[in-house]
Amino acid sequence: MSLMNRIMGHVYMFVESCAMAIENIMQNRLRSFLTVLGIMIGVTAVIALITTISAVSSSISSSFTSMGAGTMTLTTTGNDLKDGLDEEDMKRIIDIDHIRGLSPSVSLSCTVARENVSETSISVQGTNDTYFEVHEDLVKSGRKLNRIDTENMSRVCLINGDIVESFFYGVSPIGKTIYLNRIQFTIVGIYESDTSIASLLSGSPKILIPYTTALKMNSASLVTNATIYLDSASASKEVQPKLEELLDEIFSYEDETYKITTMESIEETMKTMMSMMSALLGGIASIALVVGGIGIMNMMLTSVTERTVEIGLKKAIGAEPGQIQMQFLIESFLLSMIGGLAGVVLGLILSAIMCHLMGTDFVISYGAIALGVGFSAAVGIIFGWSPARKASRLSPIDALRRM
Amino acid sequence: MQNGKDAASSLKDCFFKMTDIVKKYLLGEEYVTILKGISLEIEEGEFLSVLGPSGSGKSTLMNIIGCLDLPTSGEYILKGNVVLDLDEKELSHIRSKEIGFIFQNSQLLQRMDAMKNVELPLIYAGVRPSERHTRAEEMLCKVGLEDRMHHMPNQLSGGQQQRVAIARALVTRPSLLLADEPTGALDQTTGHQIMDLFHALNQEGHTIIMITHDVNIAKNARRVVNIIDGVMTEAEGEVTFA
Repeated sequence: MSLMNRIMGHVYMFVESCAMAIENIMQNRLRSFLTVLGIMIGVTAVIALITTISAVSSSISSSFTSMGAGTMTLTTTGNDLKDGLDEEDMKRIIDIDHIRGLSPSVSLSCTVARENVSETSISVQGTNDTYFEVHEDLVKSGRKLNRIDTENMSRVCLINGDIVESFFYGVSPIGKTIYLNRIQFTIVGIYESDTSIASLLSGSPKILIPYTTALKMNSASLVTNATIYLDSASASKEVQPKLEELLDEIFSYEDETYKITTMESIEETMKTMMSMMSALLGGIASIALVVGGIGIMNMMLTSVTERTVEIGLKKAIGAEPGQIQMQFLIESFLLSMIGGLAGVVLGLILSAIMCHLMGTDFVISYGAIALGVGFSAAVGIIFGWSPARKASRLSPIDALRRM
Repeated sequence: MQNGKDAASSLKDCFFKMTDIVKKYLLGEEYVTILKGISLEIEEGEFLSVLGPSGSGKSTLMNIIGCLDLPTSGEYILKGNVVLDLDEKELSHIRSKEIGFIFQNSQLLQRMDAMKNVELPLIYAGVRPSERHTRAEEMLCKVGLEDRMHHMPNQLSGGQQQRVAIARALVTRPSLLLADEPTGALDQTTGHQIMDLFHALNQEGHTIIMITHDVNIAKNARRVVNIIDGVMTEAEGEVTFA
């Protein structure tokens, strides 16, 4: 027989084996379905978990880039002589290349009162004009804080929607007075709470006042928290060492006097956490795949025993051991792939639903699909191998003796 | 040198030769000798019956003739192949090319129609689909089942099923048809029809070995050998042509 004929012979054999495998699968529909179910559940779990987690993590990281990129947060504890930054220090920081500006953040908790209404523990934050320059869309009505406000320690404030609702129901608040810790302030504007990760992490304030005023109310003179704005997101690596050098000098080179947090470093940590979570959950889900594989193995072993006579007959009429093995292997492979593909579809549907419920964008993860399909193919071959080998090694006389 | 060449050429020409075949099985802790040195030579075109009661070792002999099993010792040459030297894959090739099995209960695959059952050996031989169909069709016509080609086995009578099995055995154009109690499951009339078919096939030149315990069936063959207790004797003159 020529080589071409032999190759074609294998091709015909392969096609025929696939047909026979499909026939056998269809023959025991219920049993095949139950076996396939195991693999399907495993793949569904893997796909749903991985896709959902990657969708959540990509939506988190995109919110990081849109809101937090190009900013750094500086927290100082300082030394015995100096626990924060004064005006001069802040000017020197702004002078560093690629730093666009700095806004101090002085937090207060105030009792807010107007006429006969009062509320305690309202979060108030002292800030400066730079904050409003960066967050352009912050002010809904009225005006921003400006440099004159901070220089004069003006008693002016901007309030957010919550305060408007509690104290100014049905009244326009702008120009009205309000008492913060019994100090009279004039309301100059209404702002919308900042939704950036940075302010969410620090708890978003309900009232904004000039930071100089806030420092005075705190009986402090130095700024211990500030947000530094860079002129580009990629500048942080360049800026950080210069900033550190300056801060070291400001705090007399003592250890642990300040902490710089970049959004990139937070994002990095989040990403690592997400991928660890994804690996962990994926790993747990893949246990289901192994269980599914054992199900396939069980079914194939039963099938080999049931079809002993058939195998013996096929061997008697000239089937090679390899051909018998191939036929059983194709059967377990197909079973597993049916489960795998059904699992991929179901897993994608499930993760689309989960993404919808969590309000994140659903992104099809091709990696997860490849993983699901590859996993089920591997399971089919690995767990089908031993039953197929058993079938191929059956002695035709033992098999035919049963007839 | 000269002798070696002769031996090689005589081996190639040899159609069927068994010399001193012994088969032992391990039964518990003891070896039981089933075949006690069987020698048998068959010419191409013969129709031979192996007649023996159950337990005589005739099934074991059939397994060895059919290359399903290997003897413990002895020599077996089929179509120039030294069967004892072959591995499992080569044995399956011999079964595919040289031997056509016909079993007692026809042994058709119940899920396949007559046509597909006949095609099966060709599938394993790697024959292309169109040729498979033609040859299977041809064989089914030959055994008189031209109008039953796409019937499932359970829609066929016992005799028809056995005809399908014969067509399946013939389809690979084997050197040897090996039948194990081919009429064992059939009534007398149907049995006779099958025997008529065997005669016709033998007339066409097919070599047939038939194993049976029934003297009347064995008589159909042109040559009958007896096997009793693992020993073979030629039954000269005892049997007449049917």
